[in-house]
Amino acid sequence: MTAIQISGLTKDYQIGFWRKRPWRALDGLSLEVERGEVFGFLGHNGAGKTTTLKLLTGLIFPTAGTAKVLGKPVGQPETFRHLGYLPENPYFYDYLTAQELLDYFAHFFQMDAGLRVRRREEMLKLVGLDSFRDMPLRKFSKGMLQRIGIAQAVLHDPEIVLLDEPMSGLDPMGRREVRDLIVQMKAEGKTVFFSTHILSDVEALCDRVAILNRGKLVGVGRLSELLRQRSGVEAVVECASSCSAELQHLASKPVTVSGGQYRLEIQEENMPRFLAFCQTEGVRLVSLNPIRASLEDYFTELSQSASDGEHVSSGVSAL
Amino acid sequence: MSRKVRAATVLAFVLAAWAASAAVQMRIDAEIAPYRNTSETLWIPSGKVLKRLSFGHEGLVADIYWTRAVQYYGGRRRDHKTDFSLLGPLLEITTDLDPHLMIAYKFGALFLSEAPPEGADQPEAAVRLIKKGIQANPDDWRMWHDLGFIYYWNLKDYSAAAAAYLEGSKNPKVHPWMKVMAATISQKGGNRETSRFLWTEVYQSTTDPSIRENALQHLNGLKALDDMEEIEKRVAAFHDQTGRWPQTLRELVTHGLLRGIPSDPEGFPYELGPDRKIKLHPKSKVELEEENEGTRS
Amino acid sequence: MNSSPVLAVTLNTFREAVRDRILYNLVAFAVILIASAVLFGQISIGIEKIILINLGLSSISVFGLLIAIFLGINLVFKEIDKRSLYALLSKPVRRWQFLLGKFLGLNVTLLVNTIFMTAGFWAALYYLNRKFERQDQFIWVAIYFILLELSLVTAICLFFSCFSTPVLSAVFTFLLYIIGSFSADIRGFGELTHSAPLKALSTFVYYLVPNFSDFSVAAPVAHGKAVPGTLVLLNTIYTLCYASVLLVASMAVFSRKDLK
Repeated sequence: MTAIQISGLTKDYQIGFWRKRPWRALDGLSLEVERGEVFGFLGHNGAGKTTTLKLLTGLIFPTAGTAKVLGKPVGQPETFRHLGYLPENPYFYDYLTAQELLDYFAHFFQMDAGLRVRRREEMLKLVGLDSFRDMPLRKFSKGMLQRIGIAQAVLHDPEIVLLDEPMSGLDPMGRREVRDLIVQMKAEGKTVFFSTHILSDVEALCDRVAILNRGKLVGVGRLSELLRQRSGVEAVVECASSCSAELQHLASKPVTVSGGQYRLEIQEENMPRFLAFCQTEGVRLVSLNPIRASLEDYFTELSQSASDGEHVSSGVSAL
Repeated sequence: MSRKVRAATVLAFVLAAWAASAAVQMRIDAEIAPYRNTSETLWIPSGKVLKRLSFGHEGLVADIYWTRAVQYYGGRRRDHKTDFSLLGPLLEITTDLDPHLMIAYKFGALFLSEAPPEGADQPEAAVRLIKKGIQANPDDWRMWHDLGFIYYWNLKDYSAAAAAYLEGSKNPKVHPWMKVMAATISQKGGNRETSRFLWTEVYQSTTDPSIRENALQHLNGLKALDDMEEIEKRVAAFHDQTGRWPQTLRELVTHGLLRGIPSDPEGFPYELGPDRKIKLHPKSKVELEEENEGTRS
Repeated sequence: MNSSPVLAVTLNTFREAVRDRILYNLVAFAVILIASAVLFGQISIGIEKIILINLGLSSISVFGLLIAIFLGINLVFKEIDKRSLYALLSKPVRRWQFLLGKFLGLNVTLLVNTIFMTAGFWAALYYLNRKFERQDQFIWVAIYFILLELSLVTAICLFFSCFSTPVLSAVFTFLLYIIGSFSADIRGFGELTHSAPLKALSTFVYYLVPNFSDFSVAAPVAHGKAVPGTLVLLNTIYTLCYASVLLVASMAVFSRKDLK
């Protein structure tokens, strides 16, 4: 069963003070997230990630398209029983303490007193705020707010968790903990949908990712599928300058030269020709390293090509 | 579709609840109408306190009070009430708040001094108001005229009226008739010519329709007095010529002493009374001014 | 209908007011009342009680009004502005429940505040007179009317707060309060004018704006006059009708609002 079903979701904002004009924050997004998946939602600031998450929680209303959570339209109180949401840069009632905030939110789930206390204690421990339970939230640091935000998102043990930039504002320790938490939720069979612009998190955690640029979906798929295209080697060679033309021909990217050494990237299918070339022309091989297939490169490339107005390679967008 | 239905439901509810609130408001108005009328008092009776409370906006508050005074006066007249007890205090507060609001003295004094139903019949209060205005605005010679007018017309205190006109005429910018007025009143006391002049002056000095209407009525009354006097002279002439008193005015017409039955300023024919005095048609609304000794010239 | 989300929001709104030290205004109120009771006790006989009642009721009303407006304009706006609403509305609570809870929460705050002030007021009255008189019971009616008035002001604030900034909401609410207090004059103007469209317009405006002069019985009460029971009933119904117009309109606006 699909956890989240988005089809043709579009959101226009009216911007400008005097003359309002529409600005498309999200443009025809279609996406499905399976149950039990950890799904990463990538994009630069302003790409439409937060807009999507707010549409999924019914905080804003779509201009066109639909979104369903567990088969039901978003925004219904019933769906919120199974949905947890961490807003971007969360802010809570600063006159409450951490404990009071969780108690307050627990009221909306009709937990009985025993369950409420148990869940609250579990959550405070989970996010490491056990010893700050009686501190008013106005004294919380950004990282602590992020933690209490996560605690309130999973307070009612939801099936689906939406996290908007869950790692932002956290120190390395905190990020580690949030990662572990996401892994743990996955192990419990929960669906985690989180947005981020920090790629290492995605690489470490996600089953699938979607990449958003200027409101448009530019790529979606399994990490291994998205990254397969980037396999190859990086070679550093020393040779006469007469060889440079042929090297450039073999390389997949512009060749860089420094101190008489040529640095070039070679696709896997070109390897035999490259090695043969080296042998026949007496090119000295300084080093040969497999390219670490990085999402970052992929992301950068996609974003660049999208902003250049070019089409993304069909192999990716077909996924 | 369901959104439209919901919007329509909301709209219907809002309209229904608003209509209900209006209906309740009508009941409330009916409920407190007598209560409001009987307990009509000024909750803050002091202009000085109000001046403090207005925090530097006393000009605006004065305007509000002046509007209230006019509304109070207008409302009382509309309801044919003769009790204008709040008028004096309202004007007092208005002029406390803004001592240079000339209109409040001038019209306020007129409202106060006139006899019911046109006014509160409080000429003494009007005199106090004008004197306060003169004190605050010594350069405005018209205030002296207003003061003299009240002494002359409402209080029939001719020496005080003459003194007021004389005092006012000391202002270098004053119109020459002020001096003439001082002399005439001190010489003749009350007389119809002076009254006519003064009311014409009132009539011409304003565009306010109700005040013009009031002045016109007074002028009509004076005109009627002139008419009646003239007709009585003709009646006497009839007696001189025929040796008998006429029974009707028509006899004067047939005798050639009148060209037709004369009408008063409202268009009603004058009538000849059994005491050989001319009187107004019973339906006529012309109000004859009270005649004082020395008024008939 | 499940009222528990409404109740939770109500209590939290009240808690916010208490934690933000809103009730500190009571100190100022107490100072004014005690000072005036002592002061007027020194001056002339006979009028000091009238002054105290007028001053007490006016202070209760003005303090309540200030709190109602300054909290009311922020009721919804602050939660949108600071984004605390995001986490709340992604819980099983409907937007109208949130609004109703906020409205009731501010009303509870005003009620508690008024109760404290009323207690202080009676104490001052007793200090001055050393006894209570029969007609003093109508002071309760005047205070009840103040509560109705504050409830209406809260509803107006809430309505504006749904789509306007706090400053504008405050200006709108305050203007509406002023107009509503002088609505009888608007009608009086309509009755005096001779122009039919003006008359129709002023009658329409009279019934459109909330009529705050209905609630001002402080002055007659200070003079020991009775307030008829029907007026109490009618004013209650009026407040219910008018406030529900505003609440339902607020809910309609707010339920479709994008929380950007």
